[in-house]
Amino acid sequence: MTNKKVKVATVSLAGCFGCHMSFLDLDERLVELVEHVQFDRSPLTDIEHCSTDCDIGLIEGGVCNSENVHVLREFRKNCKTLVAVGACAINGGLPAMRNHINLEDCLNEAYRDGIGVENAQIPSDVELPLLLDKVHPIHEVVKIDYFLPGCPPSANVFWKFLTDLLAGREPSLPYELVHFD
Amino acid sequence: MSKTIVIDGKVIPFEDGQTIIQAATAAGVYIPHLCHNPKFTPHGSCKLCTVKVNGRNCSACTFPAAKGQTITNITKELNDDREKITQMLFVEGNHFCPSCEKTGNCNLQAVAYHLGMTDNHFPHFFENREVDASHPDVMIDHNRCIFCTLCVRASQQEDGKNVFAISGRGIEKRLVVNSPSGLLKDSDLDVNDCAAHICPTGAILIKRTGYKVPIGQRIFDHAHIDTVALAAEGASHDE
Repeated sequence: MTNKKVKVATVSLAGCFGCHMSFLDLDERLVELVEHVQFDRSPLTDIEHCSTDCDIGLIEGGVCNSENVHVLREFRKNCKTLVAVGACAINGGLPAMRNHINLEDCLNEAYRDGIGVENAQIPSDVELPLLLDKVHPIHEVVKIDYFLPGCPPSANVFWKFLTDLLAGREPSLPYELVHFD
Repeated sequence: MSKTIVIDGKVIPFEDGQTIIQAATAAGVYIPHLCHNPKFTPHGSCKLCTVKVNGRNCSACTFPAAKGQTITNITKELNDDREKITQMLFVEGNHFCPSCEKTGNCNLQAVAYHLGMTDNHFPHFFENREVDASHPDVMIDHNRCIFCTLCVRASQQEDGKNVFAISGRGIEKRLVVNSPSGLLKDSDLDVNDCAAHICPTGAILIKRTGYKVPIGQRIFDHAHIDTVALAAEGASHDE
């Protein structure tokens, strides 16, 4: 095997960036990680689109709007291994708790009828992606290869998973690292 | 020589009238389950305890132990089936662990951990289910009900009441409350009833107690459900 660095792309879809923050909790281990890893499209690099030869894609958050769907498909197309990171990517998480409320009612409550709303209007700028009727886990849209549960998954989860993958092992998490909360 | 069955190669004694899961638990062998509780009449509905008895699938919680049974319990095939069943329970209800008071103390979650389940595999139903917070001390979040009927059985068999029932069939089935309004506040459920405490998920919760034990220090944060269940239910079988 050559010493070519592994290309990792990351994104937060309908997430809170908590999983990315948890990833940064790798702290000094990040220094070791970048010996082996090169970040591609990611909020950490500001690169806007995936290279066509990414090795690992880490997806935080579920799918709540049309842009999320396009981004997720771009990741699937360009990443050899796609990973659902955190509760929202896996089951929709907190954003999916709007799923039992009618979308119109949601928007009205947030932007028109809510307490303290000024200049009440539903945002409709053409730049804004359209909301989906429901928030979906990412495995309902594209094939996902691995799942890292947790809200968020701890830095140790990222470390165990990535070091397993980089060493060519089948990733596995010990009991202590598997949490749905 | 007492009568014996064999589970995964281990010889296990049983007494007449015992089910496979009773004999297994008494011998310290864990068979994954959710709707089974040794205190109550078996219900045989969750199918998680399905084992192969002489090559045929049977629910260990209802199937009587009998001489000559060779049983497989922990195999890849059976555990894969159990994982799929658990995933179906997760997508049928609305199980958002990070926002559930029961997380860490939840048997559904712990069984999922035990089976190595990291995703829900199937498309989610995201069905609209109600919350009944009418009772002063107890609440029902129907989003998390898995229809195990433990509350139904506990109310009838332990509390001498008849507070809960399952209504409807198949995908239409729902936990209902026996009161004129259908609300928990108009039932005769008391906060000290066994039925109020028996729920294996976060569907029936005692109010104002949810975060007394912080997340991270809860039962299944560190202990596996097989150890916890054998400790609790082995003692119960011995009574």
